[in-house]
Amino acid sequence: MEKLTFRHRTSKPLPGTKAQAITGVVASGNLEVLMERSLPADACIVEIDTAINGYGPVWEAVVSDFVARRQPGGLRITINDGGARPDTVTLRLLQGARLMEAV
Amino acid sequence: MALSPVSLSADPLDQSWYEASARARIDALLDPGTFEEFIGPEQRMMSPHLPAFDLPRAFDDGIVVGRGLLDGATILIAAQEGRFMGGAFGEIHGAKLVGLLRAALAVRPAAVLILFDTGGVRLQEANAGETAIAEIMRAIADLRRAGVPVIGLIGGRAGCYGGGGLIAGTCSRLVVSEGGRISVSGPEVIETNKGAEEFDSRDRALVWRTMGGKHRRLIGGADAFADDTIRAFRDAAMSQIGQARPFDLATLEAEQARLEARLDRFGDARDATEIWGRLGVNDPASVPGLDADRFDALLARLPEAPHDAR
Amino acid sequence: MTLAEILASLFPEGHGVAVVDGLIGGDGPFGAGRLAVVGIDGNTPLGIEGACLLAGRVLDVVRRGGDVPILVAIDSDSQRMSRRDELLGLNEYLAHLAKALLLADASGHPTIGLVYGHTAAGAFIATALATRVLAALPGAHPSVMDLASVARVTKLPLDRLEEMATSTSVFAPGLDNMVKAGAVHTVLDPSTPLGPQIESLIAGSSATDCRDELGQARGGRLMARDIAGRVVRAATGDVAPRD
Repeated sequence: MEKLTFRHRTSKPLPGTKAQAITGVVASGNLEVLMERSLPADACIVEIDTAINGYGPVWEAVVSDFVARRQPGGLRITINDGGARPDTVTLRLLQGARLMEAV
Repeated sequence: MALSPVSLSADPLDQSWYEASARARIDALLDPGTFEEFIGPEQRMMSPHLPAFDLPRAFDDGIVVGRGLLDGATILIAAQEGRFMGGAFGEIHGAKLVGLLRAALAVRPAAVLILFDTGGVRLQEANAGETAIAEIMRAIADLRRAGVPVIGLIGGRAGCYGGGGLIAGTCSRLVVSEGGRISVSGPEVIETNKGAEEFDSRDRALVWRTMGGKHRRLIGGADAFADDTIRAFRDAAMSQIGQARPFDLATLEAEQARLEARLDRFGDARDATEIWGRLGVNDPASVPGLDADRFDALLARLPEAPHDAR
Repeated sequence: MTLAEILASLFPEGHGVAVVDGLIGGDGPFGAGRLAVVGIDGNTPLGIEGACLLAGRVLDVVRRGGDVPILVAIDSDSQRMSRRDELLGLNEYLAHLAKALLLADASGHPTIGLVYGHTAAGAFIATALATRVLAALPGAHPSVMDLASVARVTKLPLDRLEEMATSTSVFAPGLDNMVKAGAVHTVLDPSTPLGPQIESLIAGSSATDCRDELGQARGGRLMARDIAGRVVRAATGDVAPRD
């Protein structure tokens, strides 16, 4: 198991009012993403617990890409990962952001 | 298992029960927007034991519990997530269900629904899981004696195995789909311990006709057969709540009689199809392909209704 | 202790308890009344016929009324692992036996489990674990699964599991670990007569399930009780669930 934390600044908060959302399931090749609107509007923290060690740079790239695309300001994002591929991670992050944008 | 065409409907009730997550099942099963979770994922009550085995944890430890409305009536509900650790009972997972059942004794909901999806005890936390199963069965007995129906819904990818099968047998009523296998020892466990001649776990048709929903319904191991949609499980759950039997000597004597009769009648059967034939099914080979309507029509034509005292 | 030694200690004036095909049944004089005994002897696996027969004996006691306690004496294998048992609905038979014991206990017949040998998995749940209070004798070996099988399923090396088992009780087989989990309430003293020990167990027992309290106090299940309590509080409104 490996723990990773990434802190980002965003130019704006993620729209919507939903306080919390969860998507995905911890399973082989899958992950769960918990999003909580609990940070200052220009901050985003992503904490990852992953079953597969040694993929820090890949996670860093996937998370940076997501933050750049969605500007998820205000979100604390916590991930339990069962060894998902990067495209699955991106999909779940986008799903989570969409759920949080619901009014 | 009969394969149904992929649903193109956007209605959550048309989702496949088998494919849906525990949370998706609860959300679509209950009246929209009425679910309130107890100890939600944000509380991060995760297994204290899995890290020692280098295994990832889940925020809800693989079970979602809470309260909601079913057709306007308040119920308590628990749903296991079969994809996380096979839906197995660990310390927290089991304790959440224990707490829900104890709470039901205090708040007297219209029913408790348990959406099973489990391989049984989580071996990494075996003693806690095994003890929790005993606590759950005792709590179900207390609840049934108090007149609260406990309805089990079984149709997930992990089936309902091990201690989960024993808990299911303790419920007031059971709804099962074709994919909802119910058993104690799973096919792989039997094969590992007794060899492939005893049980070839790769023979999926054998698994389904030995442990699957239709066989269980035919022999009286379940009370309703549902198609693999959340709508079908919702409808069946609503109709079963009012049919719960009391937990008393008369019910258990009736169950004793039906289980003894099953041994007498089918104890020498070598395959499920032989049992179905003796029950009056003319074409046992056609049974796996029947949808719920045609299967219920077949049940209605049999000389006797499946006995259901449990 | 063997079953014969246990029965001799329980019933110094003699008894009518017999074992047929590994299944125990009968009764004997106990205090001012009788004590019914059911159970499994000789490391026998519990299959559909055995569970059905034992459940019938328990229901017989309930039907007769009164307040005769029921001792569930267990030295069993796990559930019988076979295609035939599963075909005919082993889960129903095992659950039925557990329900019969739970009904008996709720109907004025206190149930006492006594593990004096091995027991495992589904056979354990359907018998000893379905009693109000579970005792064991030194040398008993209850488990969920032996470590070699755990190693196969979890794909972890056996020597690593054995090493972990010395420091972590939650997954390791054996009596001490089941005591820590709260599953086994107490270990009896084989050097003094069992009758009075069983009598005092019954006298001190309660229909309220306290196994998670024991597990917490003994350090084998530190979280279960609090988690169950939190769910109860959320559901009963002592604490609002999340908004």
